[in-house]
Amino acid sequence: MSPMARTAPVPAATDPAIIRNFCIIAHIDHGKSTLADRMLQYTGVVQSRDMKAQYLDRMDIERERGITIKSQAVRMPWELDGTSYALNMIDTPGHVDFTYEVSRSLAACEGAVLLVDAAQGIEAQTLANLYLAMENNLTIIPVLNKIDLPAAQPEKYAAELASLIGGDPDDVLRVSGKTGAGVEALLDKIVRDLPAPVGDPDAPARAMIFDSVYDTYRGVVTYVRVVDGMLHPRERIQMMSTRASHELLEIGVSSPEPTPSKGLGVGEVGYLITGVKDVRQSKVGDTVTNLAKPAADSLPGYADAKPMVFSGLYPLDGTDYPVLRDALEKLMLNDAALVYEPETSAALGFGFRVGFLGLLHLEITRERLEREYNLDLISTAPNVEYEVTLEDKRVVHVTNPSEYPTGKVAEVREPMVSATILAPNDFVGAIMELCQSRRGVMGGMDYLSEDRVEIRYRLPLAEIVFDFFDILKSKTRGYGSLDWKADGDQVADLVKVDIMLQGEQVDAFSAITHRDKAYAYGVMMTSKLRELIPRQQFEVPIQAAIGSRIIARESIRAIRKDVLAKCYGGDITRKRKLLEKQKEGKKRMKMVGRVEVPQEAFIAALTTDESKDKAKK
Amino acid sequence: MPSALPLGDPAPPDGLLPAQALEGAASRAFGLYVHIPFCAVRCGYCDFNTYTATELGGGASQDAYAVTAVTEVEFAAQALAASGLPERPLSTVFFGGGTPTLLPAEDLAAVLTAAIGAWGLAPGAEVTTEANPDSVTPASLQLLADAGFSRVSFGMQSAVPHVLKVLDRTHTPSRVPQAVQWARDAGLAVSLDLIYGTPGESLADWRYSLETALSYGPDHISAYALIVEDGTKLAAQIRRGEVPGIDDDDHAAKYELADQLISAAGLSWYEVSNWARTPEQACRHNLAYWRGDDWWGIGPGAHSHVGGVRWWNVKHPTAYAGRMAAGLSPAAGRETLDSETRNVERVMLEARLSSGLEIPSLGGLGDTGRHAVAGLIADGLIEPAAAFHGTLVLTLKGRLLADAVVRRILPD
Repeated sequence: MSPMARTAPVPAATDPAIIRNFCIIAHIDHGKSTLADRMLQYTGVVQSRDMKAQYLDRMDIERERGITIKSQAVRMPWELDGTSYALNMIDTPGHVDFTYEVSRSLAACEGAVLLVDAAQGIEAQTLANLYLAMENNLTIIPVLNKIDLPAAQPEKYAAELASLIGGDPDDVLRVSGKTGAGVEALLDKIVRDLPAPVGDPDAPARAMIFDSVYDTYRGVVTYVRVVDGMLHPRERIQMMSTRASHELLEIGVSSPEPTPSKGLGVGEVGYLITGVKDVRQSKVGDTVTNLAKPAADSLPGYADAKPMVFSGLYPLDGTDYPVLRDALEKLMLNDAALVYEPETSAALGFGFRVGFLGLLHLEITRERLEREYNLDLISTAPNVEYEVTLEDKRVVHVTNPSEYPTGKVAEVREPMVSATILAPNDFVGAIMELCQSRRGVMGGMDYLSEDRVEIRYRLPLAEIVFDFFDILKSKTRGYGSLDWKADGDQVADLVKVDIMLQGEQVDAFSAITHRDKAYAYGVMMTSKLRELIPRQQFEVPIQAAIGSRIIARESIRAIRKDVLAKCYGGDITRKRKLLEKQKEGKKRMKMVGRVEVPQEAFIAALTTDESKDKAKK
Repeated sequence: MPSALPLGDPAPPDGLLPAQALEGAASRAFGLYVHIPFCAVRCGYCDFNTYTATELGGGASQDAYAVTAVTEVEFAAQALAASGLPERPLSTVFFGGGTPTLLPAEDLAAVLTAAIGAWGLAPGAEVTTEANPDSVTPASLQLLADAGFSRVSFGMQSAVPHVLKVLDRTHTPSRVPQAVQWARDAGLAVSLDLIYGTPGESLADWRYSLETALSYGPDHISAYALIVEDGTKLAAQIRRGEVPGIDDDDHAAKYELADQLISAAGLSWYEVSNWARTPEQACRHNLAYWRGDDWWGIGPGAHSHVGGVRWWNVKHPTAYAGRMAAGLSPAAGRETLDSETRNVERVMLEARLSSGLEIPSLGGLGDTGRHAVAGLIADGLIEPAAAFHGTLVLTLKGRLLADAVVRRILPD
């Protein structure tokens, strides 16, 4: 057992040989945050009495959902065999939508702790991140967590991990973040097994940005890993992708509170503050260099965040539009992946079309808007971006069904993903049935252990953005897990289905679907609306159509009676108050042509039945 | 529990009215409503302000009621005069309840006599009492006629025993023609009250009730859809699934049948729920409510209206008796309507009448108004010819959707 380090290595004066940079790859609720907390405590960085559960996760939503959206890096001292080491723990985002950010976090490390729940085994995203780590040539330390649980099966899952990364099941460490068992041994192993960072201290400075966070008081805080050279306070730095330059107002390390330093040298991990106010000026993956003595080449792997899923966000109360606009502006400061533009819907009024990395990103953004800005929102069904080529060779990019061109379409291309699903082998049939029904093409299948399977499919993104994960979960009794990444596009036979109330098209309900599924969508939406829309003074036909061809219809019978029979003994006041109440109710209706549609109907029609426990990936 | 009173402003203890109430008073008819808050049994559907004998005691008893009501008649006459309103004889008087005829005819006569003493009767005044067919005799009806009553409205409700049972009505159907005949013999005009849409009532049941009522040759018929009020026994029975719920489509079909059969028998609608044999036989007291005339309501929970001032009395008979004994106004609250609210009420009330709501002719309407009226014509809810001449008159379909029509023509 190693003692807590007596003297911590000083930032800006630390030999790369005593630096160890690592991250923890784990599935949500496999105990990553608890383990990280324990490390902070054992290395003395956080006193026990200051310990707040899951110290590193800052936002309420993260804490409630138990997921990490934004990563942070913490520098911890650890002594082994008489030498004090500096350990940098880089906390990776744990969700499928943030694959790119994960890849940058991994690129900042030499090694990864692969943390797996000893009662559950590895999950799809962990596996995907493990593959990413292996591609980045990271040294992997396999660890089973929660060995204190009665349901733990360490032998079984140690064998699974050993077969995945090669090696002996006996080399798999067993820890409990909860009790602290095995944590010190893990810290020792990190020091022993992980390579020290290598870089050229005399070369022009190059540091990779792996995270960028907006702070109300300090502006953007940028987290970097220095590869070559050194960064100093007060010097001017340059972002190599944009060539923008800034003055380095502050540089330092988190331990875990920000602590200014005299700089950051080769292999060190820390933060920079330049006073910029928008995370877009400090992009994840970009290379920071010295303006006066710039590096010739940036570090590899930089890519712009690309939105994959689009949804219209509308305030329930139209007068909240300015509030929504300001809220999006503020969220954007801290979320380089968020893009939006104003949009108008005949049915929903003024709102925004917002692009997200994926469904969880959408859900989190929506939840933050509602919670932090006190907004009630309607979000339209999520859409992917289609590339439509018209017969005149004009190419249109469509992220909203209502923008789908009306002219002759030569070709439509849709984005594809490669998906990995892990599940017990009992569910293979059900999973394949689901994937086939979603136009998937099977890529392969491997057994991870005797009873657990990895299934790979190529699927249209559009088929997985709405309810795929919910259905996967229910078909696998909660055991199935999913990971996906973008994988090009394909030509597809897609059509736009419109929904009409009394002949008036309701843009919010239009959808782009595969031709084979248009009918099912039409039937589903028309019958849903028939239940949701109250009877009117006239019959309301509800139709689903492709172009001018009606593919499904329903109708709401006209209301026949809407009159109060009498006034009791001249109690006119009561009748008038009833009328006032009815008129108030009418104001909360959205008018589609002459049809009064309650806002609840829009919300209900655009929500799936299972989406209550959505996106818990 | 009886229905709740509205929320309003406090009412002054002396009952004096603000100056606004005086405007145009001389040209408005004046009427009196007398509420009799007693019933032999509480009907399962009823949420009116009424009590059975066992529910009351002390100064609020049935025996003492006529004396208390007369006290309010005197208070009313004094308050109106002190407020500066012109002296106006009564155009209409209406005794409702409850069951007015649960009181001895002498008591009803005494209250009417006091009212006539206070204000006098206008020539051809209409004086009505509601009555339960079970609680009248030839002698009691004659006594009422002699005291000045001109009209009786019998709560027949239905001619079908199983329907009456759901309504908790105690009278036997065969009693109705007898009571009608006695009323005619006493020289009283006769109206019959019917209720349709009772749970378990078939369309054939309703047809039978209508045909039976019409066979008695009434001068007037009121047909009201059953409303299930919160807090009534019937509401609880429906909630527990003991009786079926209310279906608006069934109500609509029954209203259409009522209009068809009643019209065929020679009566015409003059208000959504009321039909009369001749225009003169329309209930003028009822019309006064819809036309915004003045009336004073006597009794617990009674509502009054004078020139845009509405007020309502304390609800419980004991509290009411206490106020009267102390020489205080029995009003629990009141509201003084601004011109916008008065206009809303005018539209809401006059649209229900066959005489219609005066609207600017189509040419005189603004774009929004013209659009609304054109829409109502297009939807078959109002009579096109009348609309062109500046009156909004509901069609049969429009009568069933009267509240929706009102919402469409009122500004947002």
